[in-house]
Amino acid sequence: MSEQEIDLKKRRFLTSATSVVGAIGVGFVLVPFLSSWMPSARAKAAGAPIDVDISKLNNGQLVRVLWRKKPVWIFKRDKKTIENLITLNSILTDPNSNEVSQQPKYAQNPYRSINPDVAVIIGVCTHLGCSPTYRPEIGASDLGGKSWKGGFYCPCHGSKFDLAGRVYTGVPAPTNLVIPPYHFVADSLIRIGVDPKA
Amino acid sequence: MNNNKNWIDQRFPLTKVWNEHLAEYYTPRNFNFWYFFGSLAMLVLVIQIVTGIFLTMHFKPDAIHAFASVEYIMRDVNWGWLIRYLHSTGASAFFVVIYLHIHRSLLYGSYKTPRELIWILGMVLYIALMAEAFMGYVLPWGQMSYWGAQVIISLFGSVPIFGPDILTFILGDYAVGDPVLNRFFSLHVIALPLILVILVFLHIVALHTVGSNNPDGIEIKKIKNKEGIPKDGVPFHPYYSVKDIVGVVVFLMIFSAVVFFAPAMNGYFLESSNFIEANPLQTPNHIAPLWYLTPFYSILRAIPPMFGSQFPGVVGMFASLLILIALPWLDRSKVKSIRYRSWPYKIALGIFVISFIILGYLGMQPVTPINALLARVFTFTYFGFFILMPWFTSIGKTKSLPIRVTE
Repeated sequence: MSEQEIDLKKRRFLTSATSVVGAIGVGFVLVPFLSSWMPSARAKAAGAPIDVDISKLNNGQLVRVLWRKKPVWIFKRDKKTIENLITLNSILTDPNSNEVSQQPKYAQNPYRSINPDVAVIIGVCTHLGCSPTYRPEIGASDLGGKSWKGGFYCPCHGSKFDLAGRVYTGVPAPTNLVIPPYHFVADSLIRIGVDPKA
Repeated sequence: MNNNKNWIDQRFPLTKVWNEHLAEYYTPRNFNFWYFFGSLAMLVLVIQIVTGIFLTMHFKPDAIHAFASVEYIMRDVNWGWLIRYLHSTGASAFFVVIYLHIHRSLLYGSYKTPRELIWILGMVLYIALMAEAFMGYVLPWGQMSYWGAQVIISLFGSVPIFGPDILTFILGDYAVGDPVLNRFFSLHVIALPLILVILVFLHIVALHTVGSNNPDGIEIKKIKNKEGIPKDGVPFHPYYSVKDIVGVVVFLMIFSAVVFFAPAMNGYFLESSNFIEANPLQTPNHIAPLWYLTPFYSILRAIPPMFGSQFPGVVGMFASLLILIALPWLDRSKVKSIRYRSWPYKIALGIFVISFIILGYLGMQPVTPINALLARVFTFTYFGFFILMPWFTSIGKTKSLPIRVTE
């Protein structure tokens, strides 16, 4: 060793080359381990689209179904309810559903649904994930009396939404409730999880 | 950078530990192939802990769900098959590495004064590792898991007088079932790994206190230069850390080849019966422990029942493990390394290694009259190695030791 001069440049090159190759290797090894935390094939299969029959659903009645482990509300709105929605615009944060991420394109309308009389909404508060309570009764005294036209009230932090899932101003929730992808397979059969054919 | 180092050093002996154990830990310059396996054993321990943590995230320690949850890992969890095969291959790789590591000690007398405590800690590690591997094998709740657990736990039932009570205590039930699976899970994922890590720490601290042995079996600390550094020593880092990386790369190449191309290793690493769910009504036609336990299983079977009890065989099996601990005191030779030993030791070590391998082979085979006879013969030679050691290590002429290590 002493007869030979130490080539520091070569040594540095070899050290960095080894380190870089090693780091890339560790990076590749990390992929399977991190990926194992993502939804498994079973979880994905359990998150498949579901069909809901609404033939027995009356006006004002709401059913809750689980889709991808989240509550989805399906309820029927009568003419009066649909008309009331427009009158609320001035006290809502996003009355025209301009926030693109909160609903598919085909639900970006005043009633946030494909058919005005059938609402399909993911029942998870956009504030911190609680499920709001269905409060359809008009003029409920604990929810502002006369101005309350029916809607949803979140018990966790008091956020209010109207019967199209639109958020009121001045409550903790920042955005409207999410509308899932769905379409009508038949007149009274809804498939949640799949967009309608274009 | 230097400021940060000072800040830490005033509060924690970082530089001191780094120097004592790596940068200024002087290791003999004549290490050979056999000296790769200590660091490789630590690598495998890390692989087992990391893959084990991830398997625990998906496994269910419940007699009803365990088998299905392993299949779930294999089929549904992203990359679950790879994580499981890394873990199952890692178990066998652990023993390959450990057996080579122990053989190194026998070759070069690494257990002799002043390294007796390193040897004892190592042997306790080895026994703890066998318990860890056995309990891990029970968890998938396949046929071999179940019947393996049945056989091994039954051993404790053969203890005179207390046997049945010990058995009930271990089982927590009338037979192998959910309580065993659940407690083995706890022991396998936390208790034993914790013990293993602590023992590895003690093993290394003890090693670094006396310094490494070497293929010449002479103490490099006897000849030091003016600075007090052994003349035949080189700092562990970078000399052996870099050399060990080469060992790691070669090891990982072989390891990956097994994981990707032969994870079951034709039944040696994962037995085919274990792909069938545990069935208390039917024992598989042929049951054998995994290869790394078979030498001791052979000794168990070789010793016939006496006084209407299987207990002597059980004693023999545990004695074959515990006798290893006495090795430093059984060896009377003045030299450590096989390079300078007398011929009787070389022959005895050869017979011992052959006995161990043949006992291992016989442990995987069904019992036939000829196999039973062979197992008895090699059980005698196995124990003979230890019992006759004080004699054969004190006869014959040893070669004279060199002053400095040879190339």
